[in-house]
Amino acid sequence: MSGAGPALSILAGIVYAVILAPIIVVVTLAFSVDNYIVFPPSGFSPRWFAQLASNAPLLAALRLSITIATAVAVLSLAIGVPAALALSKARFRGRETVRAIFLAPLLLPTLITGLALLTFFTPLHLTATIAGLALGHMTITLPFVVRMMTTALATLPPDIEAAAATLGASPWRVIRRVTLPLAAPGLIACTALSFLLSFDETVISLFVAGPRAATLPVEMVRYVESRTDPLIAALSTALIAGSLIVVVLVERLVGFARAVQA
Amino acid sequence: MSAISRPHLLVLPGLALLAFIYAWPIVGLLRTAFNEIGPTGAMVEAWSLQTSREVFSDLFTYELTLNSLRLSLSATAIALALAYPVALFLFRTQSRFRGVLAVIAVMPMLVSGVVRVFGWLAILGDRGLINTLAQSLGITGSPVRLVYNWTGVTIGLAESIMPYMILALLAGFGRLDRTLEEAARSLGASPLRAFLRVTLPLSLPAVTLACGLGFVLSMSAYITPRLLGGGKVFVLATEIFEQATTNTNWPTAAVLAIYMLALLGVLAAIAPAAGRRNKA
Repeated sequence: MSGAGPALSILAGIVYAVILAPIIVVVTLAFSVDNYIVFPPSGFSPRWFAQLASNAPLLAALRLSITIATAVAVLSLAIGVPAALALSKARFRGRETVRAIFLAPLLLPTLITGLALLTFFTPLHLTATIAGLALGHMTITLPFVVRMMTTALATLPPDIEAAAATLGASPWRVIRRVTLPLAAPGLIACTALSFLLSFDETVISLFVAGPRAATLPVEMVRYVESRTDPLIAALSTALIAGSLIVVVLVERLVGFARAVQA
Repeated sequence: MSAISRPHLLVLPGLALLAFIYAWPIVGLLRTAFNEIGPTGAMVEAWSLQTSREVFSDLFTYELTLNSLRLSLSATAIALALAYPVALFLFRTQSRFRGVLAVIAVMPMLVSGVVRVFGWLAILGDRGLINTLAQSLGITGSPVRLVYNWTGVTIGLAESIMPYMILALLAGFGRLDRTLEEAARSLGASPLRAFLRVTLPLSLPAVTLACGLGFVLSMSAYITPRLLGGGKVFVLATEIFEQATTNTNWPTAAVLAIYMLALLGVLAAIAPAAGRRNKA
C-alpha cells in the first residue's frame, strides 16, 4: 500500500481550506471598498492601501519595527554565532550545560518572559525604548540563532576544515576562510529568521512597549481593538507580501530548496 | 578541527547577555511574588506571603483556572481532530508537491498572530463570511454571535496551535512501522479497520505529545483570547497581563505567573507518563 488514499486526501483538503481561510479572507478584504469589516465585500478598490500610506502612527510603528528587527538580527548573530562555533567545534568542560543555558529561554512562554522584563526594565527606564524592546526580542532570537547555527556548523563536512588545518592554516584562519563561508546559507537563513521573529514579536513588545513606543504588532493590536475597518487587512497583505519577498530572496541567495533536499 | 583554544571567550558574551535579559529578570519576578501592595496602591518591598494568600483566597482565581483549562482542552481537541488527518496525509502522500503542502500546513506559524486573528474576525464577525452565508441560505434570520466570546477564542486558538501539533504528529509518525499496517491490509482488514486497529493505536504516543504541546501553548496564549475575546473572555493569561499593566499590581501578576507555570509543570510531569502507558 502506498500513497494517501482518497478519503484521507479529501479530509486533508478540508483542513487545508480551514488553514488557508483566514489568510485568503485577509487578502481579499484588503481590496474592500466598504467602511466596515464586511465579507464578502460589496466592491473592490485600492482605497485602504491609500489610507495606509497616509496613516502616520502605523508608518511610524513600521519604521520602529524595522529598526529594532535590524538591530536584533545583527546583534543576535554577532553574539550567537561565536557561541555556536564554540559549542559545535570546541571541546570544553561544561559544554552541555552551556548549551542548555542558551536554549533555556525557549522553555518559558513569552507571557512570562514579557512580565519579567517589564518588572526588570521599569526601574532601569528601559521600557518604551528601542534598547529595551531589542533586548526583549533577543531573549527569543539569541537562543534561536545558537540552536540553528550549532546544528548547521556541526553538520558541515569536517574533512575540508581538517585539510585547511593540515595545510598550515591557524584555527582562526580556518574559521574565517573555510567554516564561515561553508556556513553562509545557514547564516543568511538565520539573519532572515531573526529579523522576522523580532518583527512579528507581539507579547513581549506589549509588555515592554508602554504607551509611547509602539512596534507595528503592538500598534496593530491597538487598532484592531479600537476600530473595525479593513485598514489592518491592507497592512497585513503588505506584510504577507513582504515576508514572501524575504523568503524568495533567501531562496535565491542560498538555494533553500536545494539545502533542504541535501 | 580541534583547536579553538579559548572557547569560553566565544560563549561568554552570550551568557552574559542572557544573564542580564533573562536570568536576572526571571529571578526578579520570583522575588516580586513576595512583595505586597501598600494602602496607597504602590508596591512595597517585603518577604511575605500576603499577596499569595490574597490571590488564592479569591474565587476569581479558580474561575480563571477553570476557564483556562476548559479553553485549552477544547482548543487542543479541535486542533487534534484537524491536525491528525493532515499529518497522516503528509506522512503518506507520494505527491511531488509534498514539500509545498508541508509548508502550507505550517503557514499559520509564519504569519503574524494579529493578522490571523483579523482574518477570523472577518470570517466569524456579525457581517462576516459565515453569518452572510447562513443568512443568505436562510439558516438564521439574525447574525449569530461567533466572536467576542468563547466560541471565537476557541476556534482562533485551535487554528494557531494546529501547525505545532501537525509537526509533532509528523515527527511521531516517522517512527511508525508501515509494514504492520500493510500486514493487516493483506490479511483482509478494510482500510478503516486497519487504521483503527493498527495505525491509530501505534500513533498514540505521538498524539499524547502533540496534545501536551497544544495544551501548553493554549494555556499561555494571550493575543487570541485578548482580540477574539473582545474583553469578555477571562483566562489566566489575560488576567496576568491586566494585573501587570492596567492595574500595575506586579506582585499579583507574579504570583499568577508562577501559579500558571506550576500548572504547566504538573502537566509536563503527567504527559510523558501517560505517553509511556499508551506505548505499553
